[in-house]
Amino acid sequence: MVTLGGHIKETGSTTKTKTGGWRTFKPVIHMDKCVDCGCCWIFCPDMSILRKDGEYSVDLEYCKGCGICSRECPTGAIEMVLEEK
Amino acid sequence: MATDVIHGSKAVAEAVKLCDVDVIAAYPITPQTRISESLAKFAATGAIRAEYIKVESEHSAMSACIGASATGARTFTATSSQGLAYMFELLFVASGMRLPIVMANANRALSAPLNIWNDQQDSVSARDCGWIQIYVETNQEALDSVIQAYRISENHEILIPSMVCLDGYVLTHTMEPVDIPEQDLIEKYLPPFKPALSLDPDSPITLGAFANPSTYMEFRYEQQKAIERSFKAIEAAGKEYGKLTGREYGLLEEYNLDDAEIVLITMGSLAGTVKETLASLNDRRIGLLRVRAFRPFPKDDVRRLLKDVDKVAVIEKDISVGLGEGALFSEIKSSLYGLDSQPSMAGFIAGLGGRDVTPEDIAGVVKKVEKGFEGTGWVGLK
Amino acid sequence: MKVAVDVPSYVKCRQSCRASMSAVRCWRFKRNVKDVSEEELFAPGHRGCAGCGCTVAMRLALKASGKNTIATHATGCMEVVSSPYPETAWRIPWIHVAFENSAAVASGVEAALKALGKKDKVNVIAFGGDGGTVDIGFQALSGAMERGHDLTYICYDNEAYMNTGVQRSGSTPFGAATTTSPVGAVSLGNDRPKKDLPAIVAAHGVGYVATASVAFPLDYYEKVKRAIAHKGPSYIHVHSSCPPGWGIPSEKSIEILRLAVDTGMWVLYEIVDGKGRITYKPATKHPVEEYLKVQKRFRHLDDETIAKIQESIDKRWSELFED
Ligand SMILES: Cc1ncc(C[n+]2csc(CCOP(=O)(O)OP(=O)(O)O)c2C)c(N)n1
Ligand code: SF4
Ligand code: SF4
Ligand code: SF4
Ligand SMILES: [Mg+2]
Repeated sequence: MVTLGGHIKETGSTTKTKTGGWRTFKPVIHMDKCVDCGCCWIFCPDMSILRKDGEYSVDLEYCKGCGICSRECPTGAIEMVLEEK
Repeated sequence: MATDVIHGSKAVAEAVKLCDVDVIAAYPITPQTRISESLAKFAATGAIRAEYIKVESEHSAMSACIGASATGARTFTATSSQGLAYMFELLFVASGMRLPIVMANANRALSAPLNIWNDQQDSVSARDCGWIQIYVETNQEALDSVIQAYRISENHEILIPSMVCLDGYVLTHTMEPVDIPEQDLIEKYLPPFKPALSLDPDSPITLGAFANPSTYMEFRYEQQKAIERSFKAIEAAGKEYGKLTGREYGLLEEYNLDDAEIVLITMGSLAGTVKETLASLNDRRIGLLRVRAFRPFPKDDVRRLLKDVDKVAVIEKDISVGLGEGALFSEIKSSLYGLDSQPSMAGFIAGLGGRDVTPEDIAGVVKKVEKGFEGTGWVGLK
Repeated sequence: MKVAVDVPSYVKCRQSCRASMSAVRCWRFKRNVKDVSEEELFAPGHRGCAGCGCTVAMRLALKASGKNTIATHATGCMEVVSSPYPETAWRIPWIHVAFENSAAVASGVEAALKALGKKDKVNVIAFGGDGGTVDIGFQALSGAMERGHDLTYICYDNEAYMNTGVQRSGSTPFGAATTTSPVGAVSLGNDRPKKDLPAIVAAHGVGYVATASVAFPLDYYEKVKRAIAHKGPSYIHVHSSCPPGWGIPSEKSIEILRLAVDTGMWVLYEIVDGKGRITYKPATKHPVEEYLKVQKRFRHLDDETIAKIQESIDKRWSELFED
């Protein structure tokens, strides 16, 4: 059964689709080089840079491996490595 | 209850006022303009509290109504002909989103050639957009039908937008005595709008998503089921309204049908001319079936009422060019399909672009049909 | 328009750091990025291409506007990738109706909020792509701006009809190859200059008009905040990258967008109550060739055409940035 008028109540539900499967390269963050500037976080089109108290990690469920974070990191702290599948 | 002698346009505006509409978005077009002007005047004098959006087009009128209705507002718009055609894309969106918008359409011919006079080609061409369509005969019925339309459309079992179609000039610009019900009576009849869906930051929803072939058909199916439920709702709304005002309405109007052997069928104000003609012919064998609800189309009732009749003659102000007959004639034929003894059937195209349809024309149709005419014909063609 | 002195803090920070002039690249003044809301109102899992700059435009706009926002959306990439029924990326109330009417739908939403006495609590944003704004949605936009509704229109400009496969729009730059402005023996690509929509909107007397770029997220974020705070209509035109449509590698999506500003192809400014102000002046002017040669859509351009483009940029540059 479809919903009335096609409305969707479950907001943000695209999270059910794990776009991480699209990836060829995956970002690896070397925290020793990170200066906590937030560039990777603010530019990620897929909300896949997670940051908490100055610690950065990648949400591999959704990261599409675009490489923006790596390219934009001013200290070269993010390396793109070939995904092993 | 106050009786006023007013134009059909004013009758529609009075109805909108009685329904305490929240948002109005409309754009001028002859012969609808007087509806928007009357409403603008109401808004300017504070007689209504609605937000009136003076949109820059009919496309935006319907777009704004969709936005407003989706935000939980009771909305109204009015248009005609080219304006309705300009809205076409959005008529499907309004019904697909199940928004109970009410619109008055002042029936007018479509260009080209440009013509501002009455026929019903505009709304008839929009019959597959998923809207309820009510065709009215008088100014009184125009007022009454707008009020009923809100009650029908806003019913949570239905949630289908409604188009109230009144003949341009013939009704919009003609004075008739109209009873304007008291506000408290209508408040009793029409409860405050409770939206089934609304854009609200406290409980956010997404509307107008992208559906692929795995779900799309089900949406259309649900719409069909909902508009089928509106048969009962239209009848109930008409009955209930009758209890309060003494004026009852249904899907169809039967006139002199009890012993009728020949039945004329039409929609809108032309029914008045037919009634006048039948009264002067004074023949029990000739009756009239006025189709008030063209969508949903009351197939079963039509079949029940016409199954024992000898001859049926449809007179309508629209044509499906390429098929060579009007849409109403097609619907009537399809309603009677497979009857054991089918009446003989004739369909007449009349009154396109405001061509006068006189009682003599109607009498001519009767004569033709009596002589055994079947198929399609044109009335008043030069 | 001249560079004003009262530049906002995030610009000052960039001025003191000559290493890079992109808002967030100045990492000595970290707090700037940290001012940006953590709340993600645009969810991952959306179907945008890898490296899509337009999704960043959506995400940042919602961060700036907050959850008390109702958004309307024109048909186009961002609408399609964000609402694959029965999923949605939106965590705010959101409605898409058609291609050419986001501004009109938003007018209705705003009027309804007013009629229901809720307008003070809720922001209204109308989103549209460049096609949905500068071309087919132009009339509805003009009407909504002229009528004075309290809403913010955000055009994300990826410079072509991307959703239908990269056709030319009125916002496609001169010389760009698209599927409807292909390069051929007698065609050098799009033969018309980009329509200057922000200026046209400003001519409506709109109180807040700004250009922005996804490569300058803090500038954009601030501008959305100001647009929202502005009572009455406001308009933001945000330059946003599209890797497949522009023919660029996804990882360079942001840096090429930044080059548009650093070469003067795109200028960041705002017009507040009729007074214009440049919000970012590139430290050094890069030759436009740097921007053009890295994109497949411009790769066919010969030296003569590039010189012509450079010339028009130089003219504008001297008008804007030099006394
Ligand atoms: C009335 C109408 N005409 C054409 C289309 C087809 N169409 C859908 S999206 C689109 C292009 C969108 O371009 P733009 O607004 O720039 O957004 P983008 O996809 O680039 O993000 C077109 C032509 C449509 N949906 N409706
Ligand atoms: S590679 Fe792209 S999608 Fe993945 S975390 Fe980096 S910016 Fe985000
Ligand atoms: S961009 Fe680089 S330095 Fe900046 S926060 Fe990310 S990983 Fe750290
Ligand atoms: S085609 Fe371009 S605009 Fe559309 S989702 Fe992909 S990158 Fe974004
Ligand atoms: Mg585009």
